[in-house]
Amino acid sequence: MKKWKYLTMTAVLGSALLLGACGSETESEEATNGSQTTETAAAGDAQLTGSVSGDGSSTVAPITEGLVEEYAGTQPDVKVSVGVSGTGGGFEKFIAGETDFSNASRPIKDEEKAKLDEAGIEYTEFQVAYDGLTVVVNPENDWATELTVDQLKKLWIEDGTTKKWSDIDPSWPAEEIVFYSPGTDSGTYDYFDEVILDGSDLVKSATLSEDDNVLVQGVAADKNAIGFFGFAYYLENQNKLTAVKVDGVEPTNETIESGEYTPLSRPLFVYAKNSALKDNEAFYDFMKFTLENAGEMAETVGYVKLPDAKYTEGLTALEGLK
Amino acid sequence: MKYMNDTVVMKRMKSRLQVNKVWKTIFIIATSVALLALIVLLVRIVTQGTGYLNWDFFNNFGSRFAEKAGIKAALVGSIYLMLVIAPVSMILGVGTAIYLEEYAKKNKFTDFIQMNISNLAGVPSIVFGLLGLTIFARMLFLGKSILAAGLTMSLLILPVIIVAAQEAIRAVPKEQREASYGMGATKWQTITRVVLPAAIPGILTGSILALSRAVGETAPLVVLGIPVILQFLPDGLLSEFTTLPLQIYDWAKRPQEEFQFVAAAGIIVLMVLLVIMNSIAIFIRNKFQKRY
Repeated sequence: MKKWKYLTMTAVLGSALLLGACGSETESEEATNGSQTTETAAAGDAQLTGSVSGDGSSTVAPITEGLVEEYAGTQPDVKVSVGVSGTGGGFEKFIAGETDFSNASRPIKDEEKAKLDEAGIEYTEFQVAYDGLTVVVNPENDWATELTVDQLKKLWIEDGTTKKWSDIDPSWPAEEIVFYSPGTDSGTYDYFDEVILDGSDLVKSATLSEDDNVLVQGVAADKNAIGFFGFAYYLENQNKLTAVKVDGVEPTNETIESGEYTPLSRPLFVYAKNSALKDNEAFYDFMKFTLENAGEMAETVGYVKLPDAKYTEGLTALEGLK
Repeated sequence: MKYMNDTVVMKRMKSRLQVNKVWKTIFIIATSVALLALIVLLVRIVTQGTGYLNWDFFNNFGSRFAEKAGIKAALVGSIYLMLVIAPVSMILGVGTAIYLEEYAKKNKFTDFIQMNISNLAGVPSIVFGLLGLTIFARMLFLGKSILAAGLTMSLLILPVIIVAAQEAIRAVPKEQREASYGMGATKWQTITRVVLPAAIPGILTGSILALSRAVGETAPLVVLGIPVILQFLPDGLLSEFTTLPLQIYDWAKRPQEEFQFVAAAGIIVLMVLLVIMNSIAIFIRNKFQKRY
């Protein structure tokens, strides 16, 4: 019995000590963080400390991850943490004032703008890369390799009927079409909604998934399937899928960058909080690093870089906010 | 007088045996379906993941390159999270169980509390996430810290711990308590020296199993907005962090196929962690059970 008492006492005391120790450690460190930031701000280009937090689109996440990884090499004491809640989820946190920046794979919506106004949060929009939203079909599908925007609308908009390929073009097989689409919380869905669906409902029979790999597997396994997602997922799965030419243009790095691949090429955004840029030296520095390196990083993770002028434009805007 | 009619018995015997056989087959199939699924899962994960399990995997932060991606931040984050959940949920859980079993009068109000605790155990974890976001993250300004996540997770597993601890306390024979009272011990003395020592194996087993659930849980953390991309280790309970399930989920969603293998390696690490925790539960149970 004594043994047991001893055990509980040590466990309780141990955890209490541990909690206490951890707690005070942070406090003191935060205190030093604060003073150091101001010192380095005065010193200029020296090593920074501080923390930066962001959230948002899973489409933009690979670019951000690369940037955070490289940034940690140059400024190891700046703690950058980024969540992947999706464009909508990211804006929710941004509106609540919990993040310094928000990644988005679509422009900010009016209702989100209104809520930010209400919360008194001023922000600046920066473009970091292009993505070509890619419509894909199964490699065995040899009829629908080229679609017009009107045909895409006909395919994807719900009209109460069960759709067959022959409904779109009588020369195509009379087989039922199987649809795969990203989930409705993703910016990818929102963007498709804006340029193709135009406010109408997506076909009800579509399989929705937040995990784009599910869409890849779905389309790769079914001859009658069609789906859409970000260009990076197509690049990684080229042998399993065929990219549909939209209005005769195939999605490639060149056609996306030149803007020839319309309307499905879209910019990817980072929305930054102005007050944080002003007050948080580390955040300003991270955003500068982002705009300087986003293009290169975008290419390595399967997106398309913007024309250099756009990044310079962003950097000028950023400088004005300091 | 004839007690048994051999021919009648033999006639019915065959069909009865047949029925027995059918049910036996059905149950064997039921068992093997679960077992088979588990084996397929394990084999797939182990074959995919082992290639990425090396020292670098434990010593690197996340990366955009699959070969350089590591689990350091997530593993350390998960361990920190456990250090918050374990004491908070056990102190609160066992305390509640002692109150309900030993002190509380058996009346309608206690029944009401009891019923609610049982119901809470069935509430989806995402609801606890929303509760944690409102109370801990926003009202108490704990943000996306380990403390906020730990407290949320503690609430999530609290009902399970309370119920397990209550069962364990209830299983202590009444005679032991009465003997203790008979010797002039107070209620508190009886609880600390008789009831708890006897109930500790059950309490700890239940608690560690509940803790394992908390370590594998993702939904509440997603609601809290716990980040995935970071390149630093937590330096205290108010620091931001990430956990194993979040990291695995993030990897599994990546377009590059190699990241599926990295995710598998992450799953192996998580599984080993859970197996270790469950083994500790079994070890404690066996060691203390020999008391009487």
